[in-house]
Amino acid sequence: MIAEAGLGLLWLAAALSLLQLTLGVIGLRHARDDFVRAMPTVAVLQALLVGLAFLCLIAVFMLSDMSVKLVASHSHSDKPWLYKLAGSWGNHEGSMLLWVTILAAAGAAVALFEDKVSAPTKAATLAAQAAIGAGFYAFLLFASSPFERLNPAAAEGQGLNPVLQDPGLAFHPPTLYIGYVGLSVAFSFAVGALITREVNASFARAMRPWVLGAWVFLTLGITAGSYWAYYELGWGGWWFWDPVENASLMPWLAATALLHSVTVLATRDALRAWTVMLGVVAFSMSMVGTFLVRSGVLTSVHSFAVDPTRGAFILALLALYIGGALTLFALRVGAVREGAQFEPVSRETALVINNLLLSMILALVLFGTLYPLIMAGFGKQVSVGAPYFDKVVGPVALVLAAFMAAGPLVRWRRDAAKAVVRRVAIPLAVAALVLGGFALSGIGVLPLFGLALAGGLAAASIAPLWNRNLRRTPLFTWGMVVAHLGAAVSLAGMAADSAFMKERLIALPVGGVTSVGPFAVTLTGIAPTVGQNWSALEASLSARRGAAETRMTPQARVYPAPYTETSEAALATQWDGQLYAALGKQNPDGRWQIRLWWKPLVTLIWIGGIMIALGGALALIGRVRRARA
Amino acid sequence: MKRIWLWAPLGLFVALFAVMAANLSGKGPSRHQSGLVGKPLPQFSLAAISPDPRQPGLGSASFRQGKPRLLNIFASWCIPCIAEAPQLMQLARAGVQIDAIALRDRPQDVARFLAQHGNPFRRIGSDPAGQVQLALGSSGVPESFVIDGRGVIRAHHLGDIREEDVPELINEIRKAAR
Repeated sequence: MIAEAGLGLLWLAAALSLLQLTLGVIGLRHARDDFVRAMPTVAVLQALLVGLAFLCLIAVFMLSDMSVKLVASHSHSDKPWLYKLAGSWGNHEGSMLLWVTILAAAGAAVALFEDKVSAPTKAATLAAQAAIGAGFYAFLLFASSPFERLNPAAAEGQGLNPVLQDPGLAFHPPTLYIGYVGLSVAFSFAVGALITREVNASFARAMRPWVLGAWVFLTLGITAGSYWAYYELGWGGWWFWDPVENASLMPWLAATALLHSVTVLATRDALRAWTVMLGVVAFSMSMVGTFLVRSGVLTSVHSFAVDPTRGAFILALLALYIGGALTLFALRVGAVREGAQFEPVSRETALVINNLLLSMILALVLFGTLYPLIMAGFGKQVSVGAPYFDKVVGPVALVLAAFMAAGPLVRWRRDAAKAVVRRVAIPLAVAALVLGGFALSGIGVLPLFGLALAGGLAAASIAPLWNRNLRRTPLFTWGMVVAHLGAAVSLAGMAADSAFMKERLIALPVGGVTSVGPFAVTLTGIAPTVGQNWSALEASLSARRGAAETRMTPQARVYPAPYTETSEAALATQWDGQLYAALGKQNPDGRWQIRLWWKPLVTLIWIGGIMIALGGALALIGRVRRARA
Repeated sequence: MKRIWLWAPLGLFVALFAVMAANLSGKGPSRHQSGLVGKPLPQFSLAAISPDPRQPGLGSASFRQGKPRLLNIFASWCIPCIAEAPQLMQLARAGVQIDAIALRDRPQDVARFLAQHGNPFRRIGSDPAGQVQLALGSSGVPESFVIDGRGVIRAHHLGDIREEDVPELINEIRKAAR
């Protein structure tokens, strides 16, 4: 019964989204105020209905109703409740339902709280949000119904894979989804403003909190995903340029650019067309990413459950929404009055350069991700690996860091070049000092400039607080400072990891000592140990650093049938880095192969990521507070 | 002149769309090949799980007896396996010798599954922890491998065998027999 109720609620919500769209179209065409006034109610009702449908899905998962196909194929009655709950969105159909639920909730929030834009623009925005919703409801109902029954019911579910039972994996997808779908509001605002031709500062102020909020969630999601890959895959890397990772990075890059251009539009009423364009692009990148991951076009190994009709369905939606929005852009944006002008030396110029560099990185990542698909058209099987991305994205990112340092130190509208040079003098000196300090240490060019720029950027980030009453500094300024400082911290971590990482592969007898980085590592013993379906040789390592001692127990596991060997690494986190240890084979002379990595400051990468998200959150709170005051 | 540039984003998107559409309609993920294609079957020996004494367990040695065989990985709890059962029966009727690995399964469940959906298998080995599955480079159920008479993996089919896949699999078996 619950499943049927959920399906019914979903149909009703879909009908309401069509009603919302129709009300908007007729209301705007024929200037029917009563139609327009009815829209917020419909939007809220639609969100309530789809929210209830999502609760129904959670209910069938919590009750382990094995007559529902989705539950039978993705859950198990013996699962802990947390994973039953997470199981409801840990699959294609459930995650799409979560997607439309967030979409409708965002629409309802716009309907309830948005009062900065004119009534027609708000109506057009709600109509655009309803149009997106309608397409994804259709996708759910016709191509991915989460409430499909199984007759006869399965005796037990098949989803008891212990590998996937990780709290991180349970909450990683919803975080990213809030980010992806939050950008839909920016998209709808852009489309709404194009329809009413009201692209101006108040439109930007209405859009900004949505972009900020979505961006904070995207940043958190990407940071968490990166750390998970680092400790779980265990090869010491923190970013692998995998299509799935790129699918989350591309909307983030577009949202970062949008975040800055929307600020220019809100503050100075400049960059009108560009901001609208980015509003369209950011959510488009979310949808393209979804398509690439869901259609099985790129991640063939993990996606054999994917139905090609689903890929075609999403592709049709992409054509409709992105193609439609870009056509509207081409037709309408010429009619948008040009915004305010600005001088070459100004904050605006700095932000334009920032936007161009971010767009360039976005284009490079998109091209690298799609390159295998393009080459497949010529009958060639190629894959683009990390070397391409590191080589092309790295330098552009460093230039971006330089402009990021200078940008906040330049005044709006017009500034004197000399004054700017004076203000960047100290950060420049810090960067030069770092550069000089490490220049002869023999580290690579990219890590060297990375460290120097991280130093300069850190100094420049806190510069806006100099000579300022800290108590009276607005919260959104703090947000910018924290986020930019976070970028410096993260950059320092990335550069330090690639510059100073120490690796040691050595054969040690029991009792033998070796050193890696600041550690003296002793192999104190090798002992057998057993698990549920494996046996292992476990090394006891004692890592000494001065008086402090850390014990580490990497394992070489053996699965008996069939004979498979795996290596379980051990990680020790210190304040200034991580020590990574793996146990290899025994040599004929009785010594054991041990591989050690000392990764200085590697944790800064994720600490920086969290700081960036925190900065975004502070800015969001600051902006919303000021708007309410 | 300037107006033209406003259409550039749409132009770029059309190009992007063309690339994605071409790949969607082209070769699907079912053509994905395991890295083990062309390599010998890994060593394994699995106990019987079927209560039927005519269906013994399965070892890798039995694939080196001169004739190509189809190796199907299935489970009684797997829903796509139900969908592919008629196609396996069809292949068996066409003379294909099919062996199976039952993944994380129980004898009584396997017996019930075979009674309900047909029993095309010569031998069924039980892989209670999924280790042979991993060694074969398989990541889910159902999956099938074409193995020639010398025990070399010749083809790998991901996901359920659909009606339209049957001729191609028969073709692969014929090729493996040569």
